[in-house]
Amino acid sequence: MTKVVVDPITRIEGHLRIEVEADGGRIKNAWASSTQFRGIEIILEGRDPRDAWAFTQRICGVCTTVHALASCRAVEDALGIEVPPAGGLIRTLVHGMQTVQDHVIHFYHLHALDWVDVVSALKADPGATANLAASLSPWPNNSKTYFAEVQQRLQGFVDSGQLGIFTNGYWGHPAYKLPPEANLMAVAHYLEALDWQRDVIRLHTIFAGKNPHPNFLVGGMASAINLDGTGTINAASLIEVRDMITRARRFVEQVYWPDLLAVASFYKDWAKIGGGVPNYLSVGEYPDNGQWRDAKSMYLPAGVIFGNDLSKVVPYDQKKVTEYINASWYDYKEGDKVALHPSVGETIPHYTGPEPPWTYLQGQEKYTWMKAPRYDDKPMEVGPLARMLVAYASGHADTKEVVGEALGKLGVGPDALFSTLGRTAARGAETLLLARRLETWYDALVARIKAGDTATFSQKRWSPDTWPASAEGYGFLGAARGALGHWVKIQDGKIAHYQCVVPSTWNCSPRDVHGANGPYEAALMDNHPLVDPERPLEILRTIHSFDPCMACGVHVLDAQGREVTRVRVNG
Amino acid sequence: MYLPSSYPWTENETLGEHLERRGVSRRAFLKYCGELAVLLGVSQALTPQIAEALQKVRRPSVIWLQLQECTGCVESVLRTSDPTIGDLILDLISLDYQHTLMAGAGEAVERAKQAAMKANKGQYILVVTGSVPLEADGMYLTIGGRRGREVLEEAAAGAAAVMAVGACAHFGSVQAGRPNPTGAVGVANIVRDKPVVTIAGCPPIADVVTATIVHYLTFNRFPELDGEGRPLFAYGMRIHDRCSRRAHFDAGQYVQAFDDEAARRSWCLYQMGCKGPATFSPCPVIQWNGHTSWPIGAGHPCLGCTERNFWDTMTPFYGRLPDVGGFGVERNADLIGLSLALGATAGVAAHAIATGIHRARTGQTPQKPAVDLPVVNPDQPDQSEEDPHD
Repeated sequence: MTKVVVDPITRIEGHLRIEVEADGGRIKNAWASSTQFRGIEIILEGRDPRDAWAFTQRICGVCTTVHALASCRAVEDALGIEVPPAGGLIRTLVHGMQTVQDHVIHFYHLHALDWVDVVSALKADPGATANLAASLSPWPNNSKTYFAEVQQRLQGFVDSGQLGIFTNGYWGHPAYKLPPEANLMAVAHYLEALDWQRDVIRLHTIFAGKNPHPNFLVGGMASAINLDGTGTINAASLIEVRDMITRARRFVEQVYWPDLLAVASFYKDWAKIGGGVPNYLSVGEYPDNGQWRDAKSMYLPAGVIFGNDLSKVVPYDQKKVTEYINASWYDYKEGDKVALHPSVGETIPHYTGPEPPWTYLQGQEKYTWMKAPRYDDKPMEVGPLARMLVAYASGHADTKEVVGEALGKLGVGPDALFSTLGRTAARGAETLLLARRLETWYDALVARIKAGDTATFSQKRWSPDTWPASAEGYGFLGAARGALGHWVKIQDGKIAHYQCVVPSTWNCSPRDVHGANGPYEAALMDNHPLVDPERPLEILRTIHSFDPCMACGVHVLDAQGREVTRVRVNG
Repeated sequence: MYLPSSYPWTENETLGEHLERRGVSRRAFLKYCGELAVLLGVSQALTPQIAEALQKVRRPSVIWLQLQECTGCVESVLRTSDPTIGDLILDLISLDYQHTLMAGAGEAVERAKQAAMKANKGQYILVVTGSVPLEADGMYLTIGGRRGREVLEEAAAGAAAVMAVGACAHFGSVQAGRPNPTGAVGVANIVRDKPVVTIAGCPPIADVVTATIVHYLTFNRFPELDGEGRPLFAYGMRIHDRCSRRAHFDAGQYVQAFDDEAARRSWCLYQMGCKGPATFSPCPVIQWNGHTSWPIGAGHPCLGCTERNFWDTMTPFYGRLPDVGGFGVERNADLIGLSLALGATAGVAAHAIATGIHRARTGQTPQKPAVDLPVVNPDQPDQSEEDPHD
């Protein structure tokens, strides 16, 4: 039995350590450890609930927007605030573009190098590359000159001897299967996607001032609509948004989706690897009418699938969410055996691991800063695959069409989705659906404006004078990386209690009291190869297929409700 | 203050020439190239070719550490437009260690980092995003099984200069908000024997980060800094001084509620809690995402995110600053920090002045915020009827 440690896992958000035991080229056991803790929920206590979106937004700058939106919803839920339709549609557009951009960055910049050998691209014939690309897509950059130029630039870079971010990559690893031309095409699109992501995300800047960390507002959005105003949302800014949406859709349809299917066709063996936890949870997302309370308006449906059974989707009920800490560096007042609902959850950090430098964490009872969320006492995978499976199994027409197209082109059945490759393909399918849907939401916003319905914010319950003495709220969000929940309690105008259960907490969950592994660990133990322990490329493939976001996953709350003393004048 | 004075390479100097000038022998250089061949996994027979290529190299090594953070600063730099991120990492610098983008993982990248630090000792630029947690014996952050603090200290030891990018590296940002459960501190609290350039903001504008790097590469030194370590070219003026809505402030035309008639005419957001009058930042000038817009431009008040401890001093975010004015555009952050403090209660002022002077003199930072800027609660009836400006 060989013990392998990969720390740091790169090309993710945050700090993740993976340990495995391997034998005969297969992984037998796995441990996922999150190695950072920040304590943001403690910091929220005693603060103005209208400020919470900004604090929670800083949980993560990769999934920037998602915590801010979930926080706004939680506070709006607690205080009974309704967001006007135009404000709600702006939110849907901002979130939709976030997911599209985030998924594309994930594929090219965080995941592609697991499948694409950059060094092999130097051997490609640019003419043959152009022919390959043209056979896949009408994308106008697919010319011989273009690929020759990219190859030349890459050659110059390698010749310099300074390989920068490509130093000590696993180039030449036998698990790389793409021909040189496919590698060159992917490298060219890696660079192109860097430019594309910078452009399309400017939708956030127009509606919310900047990206990363655009500005949100409890009760709506701060960007006012006035067609005759200077510096407001007017025809000039709307047409800019419209063009970004068009460019987003075109890149996804003509570059990302064809690249994904082309790469996947060389790695079909990965449709039998890395499935893991057979339960999938989606909270639903993207209100077509901007009204997040309206479950029927959600473009992608909520639901839960157990045991890989696509014939049955169970309704989601947030009351069934609990968290264990038996394998996490926290204490519960009732001890390590209990699981707590987030509304009464506690987190008391208590590091009990070895003194650094660590050799191994495996064998330790507690080995991570992640808690172990469970639904109905079962581990759940969340994310694009879970959303696509729930939508597919619910008969969602657009999903059936796009997922069906992918399965057809790859010549595999729906069972192939329960895998590392399925996870990566589902993310692409979701991106395609959302890139197309952005136009619908844009048209709905324009229709509202045309009808004179331009309100973006509700003033009605802005002032704490209008709030009850105590209130409790739940805000959910179908974030890029999966199901997100924020639970808030407000007492006398201040936050008394705050808790988040986050996609990467679900997916990076450690073992629970029953010994059940979380999704990362289970996937690594599901028919999983590891050919060369010194070069653990296969581990990266499966872990990256989840798109880990560690800063999101680690959080804390404290039921004490500390009052923060402030110096005030004039009041 | 100009920092640092020594730049590893002069203009048009190749690595070969540079090493020669520094007295590195040909033999030692070839030995390094041999080690590099091993590192790259190619035959040592290629050593002469590697040496030849390396001698032509002019891209300086950049090592980028991500500590206790959200990766928003890295995402921001991905959005840079001049130069683009592609140009930056392929043509301008040699980004030898960076978690979010590196191809390898674990042992392989840690080896790459050690090799780059050794090969470029005393010459690399260390970029740090994220803070260092000091509570619980530093166990709130480990990388490669080692404490974040050790990882920072090791990398800083051989760096020519250190760039603290973003609010976390500046002062600890959100995790240092009261009660700062993990004891998060900024880079300058740990690295005390090296110049630390602070690119403030949560996150900073990408172009300020890249412009500072390009400044260093072009002029062989960092730009002039204020008392917080922030480059004056970016942080020399308040948002208020350059705000596109300033004329409405001067005319007494204020937004009273989001989406009211005044908001639809882009009037001043001061009453909505805008911290622009107390915030030194290039947002209104450089703007965001390729000059597309900026927070106030899109109707939201400034949160003050380039200022130390803004999570405590600038909150509630929708509470208005009590007193604005009394200083002109010629002042910089060090002077205005005092003015603001003097406008508040005597006790607060005394402490803030002491803190400000301490900071300006020593370049050191207090670990935890001692006082708040006196932000007025938005929901308290406004008892002061006087005009908010002079």
